[in-house]
This record gives sequence, structure tokens and C-alpha cells, in this order.
Amino acid sequence: MGEPLTLITGRTREQAIGMHKGKTSPEYRQATARAEMNADDMAHLRIQAGGIVRLSTAVGEVELPAQAGPLPRGLVFVPLGASANLLVGTETQGTGMPSFKGVPVTAELA
Amino acid sequence: MLGVLGGRVYDPRNGSDGETRDIWVKDGRVVSPEEVDRQGAEIVDATGLVVMPGGVDIHSHIVGAKVNAARKFRPEDHRGAERARTGAFRSGSGLTVPSTHLTGYLYAEMGYTTVMEAATAPLVARHAHEEMADVPIIDKATFITMGNNHFLMKCIRDGRHEMARDYVAWLLGASKGYAIKIVNPGGVENWKWGSNVGELDDEVIGFGVTPRQILETLAQISDELGLPHPPHIHGINLGRSSSARTSIETMAALDGLRAHFCHIQFLSYGKGRGGVHTSEAVAIAEAVNAHPDVTVDVGQLVFGSATTMTSDGPLQHSLHRTTGSKWMNVDVEGETGGGIVPVFYKRTNPINAVMWRTGMELFLLIKDPWKVFLTTDHPNAGCFTSYPHVIKLLMDRDYRAEVFEGIHARARKGSVLHDLEREYSLYEIAVITRAGPARALGLKNKGHLGVGADADIAIYQEMDDKAEMFARPRYVFKGGTLVARDGTVVADPPGRTFYVAPSYDPGVEKDIRRHFEATYTVSFENYSMLSQHVTHEEVIACG
Amino acid sequence: MSTTIEHVACTFCGCVCDDIVVEIEGSRIAGVRRACAVGRGVLDEYDPEVRRPLLRGREVEWEEAIEAAASILVRADSPLIYGLSSSAVEAQRKAVELADRLGAIIDTTSSVCHGPTGLAMQAVGEATCTLGEVRDRADLIVFWGCNPAASHPRHFGRFSLTPKGTHTPNGRKDRTVFVVDVRPTGSSKQADHFLQVDVGADYEVLTALRSLVKGNDLAPGPIGGIPVSQLRDLVDRMKTCRYGVVFMGMGLTMSRGRHLNVGELFSLVTELNEYGRFSVIPMRGHGNVAGADQVLTWSSGYPFAVSFARGYPQYGPGEFTAVDVLARGEADAALIIASDPAAHFPRRAAEYLERIPTIVLDPSESLTARIAQVVFPTASYGLDAAGTAYRMDNVPIFLRRLLTSGRPTDEEVLDRIIEAVK
Repeated sequence: MGEPLTLITGRTREQAIGMHKGKTSPEYRQATARAEMNADDMAHLRIQAGGIVRLSTAVGEVELPAQAGPLPRGLVFVPLGASANLLVGTETQGTGMPSFKGVPVTAELA
Repeated sequence: MLGVLGGRVYDPRNGSDGETRDIWVKDGRVVSPEEVDRQGAEIVDATGLVVMPGGVDIHSHIVGAKVNAARKFRPEDHRGAERARTGAFRSGSGLTVPSTHLTGYLYAEMGYTTVMEAATAPLVARHAHEEMADVPIIDKATFITMGNNHFLMKCIRDGRHEMARDYVAWLLGASKGYAIKIVNPGGVENWKWGSNVGELDDEVIGFGVTPRQILETLAQISDELGLPHPPHIHGINLGRSSSARTSIETMAALDGLRAHFCHIQFLSYGKGRGGVHTSEAVAIAEAVNAHPDVTVDVGQLVFGSATTMTSDGPLQHSLHRTTGSKWMNVDVEGETGGGIVPVFYKRTNPINAVMWRTGMELFLLIKDPWKVFLTTDHPNAGCFTSYPHVIKLLMDRDYRAEVFEGIHARARKGSVLHDLEREYSLYEIAVITRAGPARALGLKNKGHLGVGADADIAIYQEMDDKAEMFARPRYVFKGGTLVARDGTVVADPPGRTFYVAPSYDPGVEKDIRRHFEATYTVSFENYSMLSQHVTHEEVIACG
Repeated sequence: MSTTIEHVACTFCGCVCDDIVVEIEGSRIAGVRRACAVGRGVLDEYDPEVRRPLLRGREVEWEEAIEAAASILVRADSPLIYGLSSSAVEAQRKAVELADRLGAIIDTTSSVCHGPTGLAMQAVGEATCTLGEVRDRADLIVFWGCNPAASHPRHFGRFSLTPKGTHTPNGRKDRTVFVVDVRPTGSSKQADHFLQVDVGADYEVLTALRSLVKGNDLAPGPIGGIPVSQLRDLVDRMKTCRYGVVFMGMGLTMSRGRHLNVGELFSLVTELNEYGRFSVIPMRGHGNVAGADQVLTWSSGYPFAVSFARGYPQYGPGEFTAVDVLARGEADAALIIASDPAAHFPRRAAEYLERIPTIVLDPSESLTARIAQVVFPTASYGLDAAGTAYRMDNVPIFLRRLLTSGRPTDEEVLDRIIEAVK
């Protein structure tokens, strides 16, 4: 069964560098199609390093290779890009800014 | 060829006090009768109308970093003060801080054709120039803030007067500025340490120099470089009860040197009871009358909405604390600082009422109209769109008495305004809004309608209500082009940008470069503006 | 034959470092010195080859593409102009002029970056400074919800961590550095103190700090995951430092509370000026996103989210912001300038762009360009287009033209579109 976690998206150096190579480049794809998780959360969900995690939010679902990262328990990080965009909704609460950080997400072994 | 015929011409510089005269214009300039070729000329029948040179504003905040921060800061200011796009004219918004195109339209529609942006930090001068390119119709220039400049204070500390002079010349060229601006000398630097200055001989932290030395040095340099406009001074203690005393001390300190004291109303207070200052206009007017080389603009307070914005950082912080209004502050590396606080001036507020009264008294007590100019320190004490209202206060003593009766009783008490019967004539209005400021600015082709003058002409229908008369000129010509008719803009040619290019010993650049590499976060090579970065430029000669 | 150009400004991020050295060989950049790994790519990877515009995927002449773009915009009832943050001031001015003329909605990437910061500034004010003041004076630095190690790699070295300034002669040793974030980052590793805040708890923590500044006692126990003792220590330092600076980023603007988080931080900074001096600087992302705010503000009065539909400018965050306009399906044509909403917007908003005629001006091949009807491959600002970019502290930086590629600039294309819609 899935685990309720919190998704944050954000910039990374690799994503920015990949962007200069072009958004259709393998570098960019690789830099943005990945999830970072807390090691204990991964163990709990029985996801191996590089294993595929299925992330689903109220607006979408995506499957990504997962790696353990320096994150507190309960957090999932996905770099800005096509994968993150599938998980982020368009509600801006009257500001113009969608919730790119702090999105309730369910994670499970794919 | 354009002929403005049969008007009552108020052209103080050329001694015309409402005499009926014809004005002929060719290629944007006023020409002599010998050059007139009536064939195909555009003729404006000005019979019975009041003809004046276009208005010249010696002190206003209309473009640049501070003004734009205020625009962004105050969406509440713009709502209900919008103008829709019509034809080729741009839309805009803003009551106290109008957007760029709207600013050009509003000035032109009021008969003003030359406006000085009163303060630009050199580090962000490029910003001011980019905005000036988007202010149509009016001619513009900007003053460059130097009263808290690190390089300059080091020169003063080290007794390097010539290096200071070369630096000022270089800096004016680098920022494409028009005059030296001094704001709370030393006080803004001290504010970066959470402090201020209060006396001319206080020390600037870390430099060991004093406000007096900064003022004297810059006033001397201004004369030595032959800058067309003397140093434009916002002294120490603005808004404080010690301001009248230190303003008079500053005039004395600069005796024999040319100086312009801006929005002097804000610096003409004495100590009153309960935090309500007194007006010391009598003493200030006396000092202005006594110093032949001093000019002032008033910075008349207008009741209603305003946005205070100055490079005087500590002042803005204290305004924030007294009013409780939201506050912006920007400290600018090595040069200056600044702040913004929205305010609303009320006639029933004793402090605001004293400020209003102080300005009126100054206008009426300073004898020579060539020494006192009409400003509201837009948008600090009021909007430039209030100038017609201020003119009415000056020309109509019954109206003035009526407003006076409505202000807070504490401000009425002891005011000499009761006894000031003086009413400005149209001639005197032409002096304080045109000829005087143009002369103080050293703009030889502005503020008059003699041969060779720029054909900036405002033509009014005389009315009993002077506010109405001056708010909607019948015709406004800029450089000979009809730009507004009956108070509505009809053409928006680009205005020019004036700046000075005083010469200096290029050897100074290596010292400046060293200073840059040690203290600035932008490259020396990217700091200076080139002339191609200025649109419609005109260099005004020094000396 | 190669030419060396010094003092080049890099336009990748809001630092706009203008000390870059570039080697030019022919029409290409052959070498880059001093740039960071991220910024280097802007220069290194740029392909200045002149390309023809695309009309529905087919190469056409410029004239035809201009006509097609103009006809899309003129036919639209509610066109959206979006982007602007990776373009020079000169082009931004033209974009606003076009929006005004069309009665369009115009929005910039600010709305998905520091738009909430602008809202906070409008509500409570902002005490700020230029980056040189940070370098020269600041002895206490706080990075809140930002990670310059990844997003602004030279920030630490040029302004905030290690450089030696007039009053910071020993560089790093003269500064105490805090990082507040929901997770350890490359930046937190370089800090003296890392405060790990719970996701979505920034507002709470900031309120607690404001309360402590005012001298109130707080119940023991962590607030937003941070022990009160640590918050108290931070407040003590904030009240006694010589000059404090907070840098803030998307951690505050993109999470729950958005502008309210930022407003709480800005209020804290304002209140700290009762004790000493304190400033806050938003970490602006794109090289000229600050310029986009500036130009739109001086032209219309408002920094983003502007509609000219009624003939005059109206400001409406949430109403005229691009994500909302697209998600609600309100725009019926789009002109995207130097940005890539298809790559950076939530899927549902990005998808809508495929359903309306979209025009793109971009030096590189963006994802938005792939779904656009008309694509103009324009010059890149600071490379083959000169102009001005505003740094994150709103200092305007001159951009030289390094290459003479023959590509038209955004300004030129927009100017031709303006002429064509007249």
C-alpha cells in the first residue's frame, strides 16, 4: 500500500545544466526524471536504490527512479521539469503561484 | 513656421509683463520677426489669451529606481487613477506615482515642458535613463546623489580636493547627470550604522569627515566645474525641529557659493509643544533674502494623498515609525540609500497643517520671486498635478484665507499668514514656474520666449479661478509642435535628455578603478553610461 | 584568430555576474572563464546559427511569420503575453507596448517565482539593499528557503559568504551564516547553523521569531520542528548584529502560505531595524526577471499579472497570472517570450497552450516552441543582443553584444509585430 508523504519540487544544478543542452537532451531528461527520498521511507516502501517509485497526487501520477537523499522522513523531492509538472496542480490561491512545494503525495513501489 | 499672434505675453526674462506680442517659431525655436515667412505658416490666434513659456519643474521625482519601487509598492495608489489607451497614446495608471507615459502626458497637459528628476544614485542611473526614454514630450534631466559617496568622502578626508573634483566630473559623465545632488550629507551613511547626523560638524562614521565639509567641497567643485545648476541641497535634519536652525547654518556655511535648497518647507521648522513643530518661515525667508547666491524651491504641502520618497534613509524610517505606514528602504553600496512611505496629509492634523502653512509663508515672505520656485517635491508633499491649485492659493488671498480657516487651530495660531495680503501676479507666477527655475538650472533656451528659445509655449484662457485656468491650457506647444489642446494631449513626440560632460584629468580613472575593484559589485567597465545609451540627448555646456 | 572580451555579464541567474571573460572564435564562443558551472552553459552551449522562423513546423520567411503572428494576435479576443525574464529591457518595453495595443493580458515568470514576494512587499514593505552592502557590511546572513549553492553558484563567493569587504576584512570569518530549509542542501553544508523547518511551517516559525524579537516568552518545545532555544539564539544574533541580511527564495513563495510567509519575513526584517540594521533580498532566478518587474511597473504601475483588456492597466494576481489564465482556459492566443511554460507549468496549464494558437520568441528550442504555431528563433540577450538586465538587487547591468550572428533580437521581432498589428 502507498505511504502518504509530502512532495517538494525545486531547482537542481544538474537540471539547470541539462537545460542548456536543450530540454530534449538526455542530460535534461535524466536530471528531471528522478525522485529523491528519505532512506527509511524507501526501506519502508521496499524501494531499492534506483528502483521505481509511483508518486500520485490529486492531479496526476508518475513513475520515477528513486534514490536516497538527505531528506527528512516524509519528504519526496522531484526536480522542476516534466515529471514534477504532472504532480503539481493549478490552484494558486489567488496569487498566480501553484503549490510547487508541500504537495500531499502517495508513494508506493511500482 | 508657427505664429502665436496677439497674445498677452508673460515672459519675465525678456521683460514682457502681459504685453501684446506675436511669437514666431521655426524649426522648434523662437525666431525674430525678420525670419518670418507668413506663407503657409500655422497661425494660432491668441488674442486675449495668456501666453507663457512652457513650465519648468526644478524638482520632481518622476523616474528611476526609487520612483518605480514606489509604483510597485503602491497598487492602491493606482486604482481609480487609470488612463485608457486612446489611438496611439499609451494607457497608464497612478495618482501620486503615475506610470512613465502618463507622467509625460500629465505634465504636458498642464503646460509644463521641462522637468528635473531630483535624485538618482549613480549605480542605478541607467535605470533612470531607461525610464526617461519612456516619458514622452517633456525634456528631462536628473541630478546625481553625491552627499554620502565613499570615494568623495575619502578624497575629503585625505585633502585631495582636485581628485574630488575630477571624480565629480567623471561621475556626472558616467551617469549622464545634470547636477550635484546632496541629500542629508553623511546622515545616509550613518544610517547604514543605524544612526544619523544632527549637526553640521557631526562625524560621518568610518570617514572622519563632516556634513559641513561635504557641503562645502561639493559647492566649491560645482562652481569650479562651472556646472549650469548649483548643488541641489536637501540638508540635514529634514522634518525635524532643528531643521530651520541647520538650514540657516548651512546657508551661512556656503556663503559666497551658489546653492539651491530644495523643498525648503520640509527644513523650516522649530521646536513646538507635544511634537508639533513650529513654522520658522520668517527666519528662513530672511536668510534666503539675505543670501544673494541662494535659490530655493518650496515643496508646498497639498492636503491629500502623497508618497514620500527620498534618499534620506533615516528620515523615511522615522516617518514609518511615526505614521505606522508601510516602509521600503534601499541601501545602495558606496553611494547612498533611500526609503519610501505612503502618507495622507490632513488639514485637521496639526503637524500637516503647520507644514502647509510653512510653505505658504515661505512663498509670501521671500521677496524676490527669482529666488523661490513652485514645487511640491512631487510626490513627497503633493502631486505635480496640484500646481494649478497652489497657483490659486498664491494668486487669490480670499481662497487662501478660506483654506487657512479650515486647518487645525494650532497651526493657525501665531501664523503671519493672517497679515500677508500679497497676491502673486501672472508675471510673478511666470517667474516662479518658468523663468526662475530655468535661470537657476542654467537652461538658456528654457523659461522664456526670446529669440533662440525653445518653442515651448503654454497658452491659457484667463479665468477668475486660477486653478482651473492653469489646469487646462488652451494650447501647449513643445518645440513648436502642438502637444496638448484644452488640457488633452494630442501628440507625443519624444522629449530630450539633458546632461553635462565636464572635463577632468583622465588620470583619476585609475584611482576610481582601484576603488571599484575593492568596493563595488559591478565592473568599472560596465558602470559608465555611453552617450548612445541616452535617447534624444543634448549636452549642456559647463563654464 | 580569437578575440578576448572581458567584463561580460552572464544572464543565467539573478546574480548577473559581469566579470566573465569570453574567448570568441569567428562567430562562436570558444572559451569561458570565471563563470559558474551553470552560467557557463548559457555561453558555451549557445548555437548562434541563423534559423528561419517556423509556421506550423514549416520553415518560412520572416515576413510571413510576422504576418501570421500578427493575424493570430489581432483575431484573438483575449491574448496572453507571457515570459520576458530572459530577455533584455529593450524587448520587455516592446512587449508591454504590444500588450497595451492589443488589450492583452501580460504576465511574467515572476508569477511562478517571486510574485508572492511582490504581494508581500506591497502589503508590508521591504527593507533591502544592494549586494555590495551585503559584501561590505553584513556580519549575519540568513538564507531562508533558498539554495544558492545550486541556483546561484557564485553568490557565496561574490557577495554573501567568503568575499572580503570594507567591514568584513576576514571574509568568511567575519560572517555568521544561518540556513533555514526543509532539508539539508549544498548551501546548508556551508552554514554555521542549519535550522531544519517542517514543510509548510515557515509562517509559524517566522511568527515565533517576531514574537521573540518583541520580548515575548514562548512555551518550550519545538516550533515548526525547530527548538525554541535555537530560535532564541537566532533572535539574539539578529538584534545585536551590525548589519543583518536575509536572502529568501522559493521555499517561502511556493509553499503553503506563499505571500503570507514572505510578508511575515519582511515584517520581521522591518522590525529588526529598531535594533540595528537589517535587510532582505529576494533571490531572483532568471537573469532579467527583476527587469521584467521594473519595465511592466514603469509602463503600467504593476509588476506582473496585468490586463489591458479594458483599455487601461488592471492588476490581478490569481486573475491575470498565466497559470490561472491557462488553467481556466481564458486566453485564446499566447505569445511566449524567452520562457518555457510548457516545461515549467503544471501539466494542466501547459496542456492548454497546445489548444490555442501560440507564438514563441526564443533563442533555443524550448518545449513550448514544439507546440507553437509560430516560432521565431531570436538572438540571445547578452550574447548576440545588447541591452540591459536588472540584477536581483535591481542594479541595471549593461549587456554587450558578443557575437554578430545575424539573428534578429526579440526587440526587433516585437517591433515588427507591433507594426503589423497596427
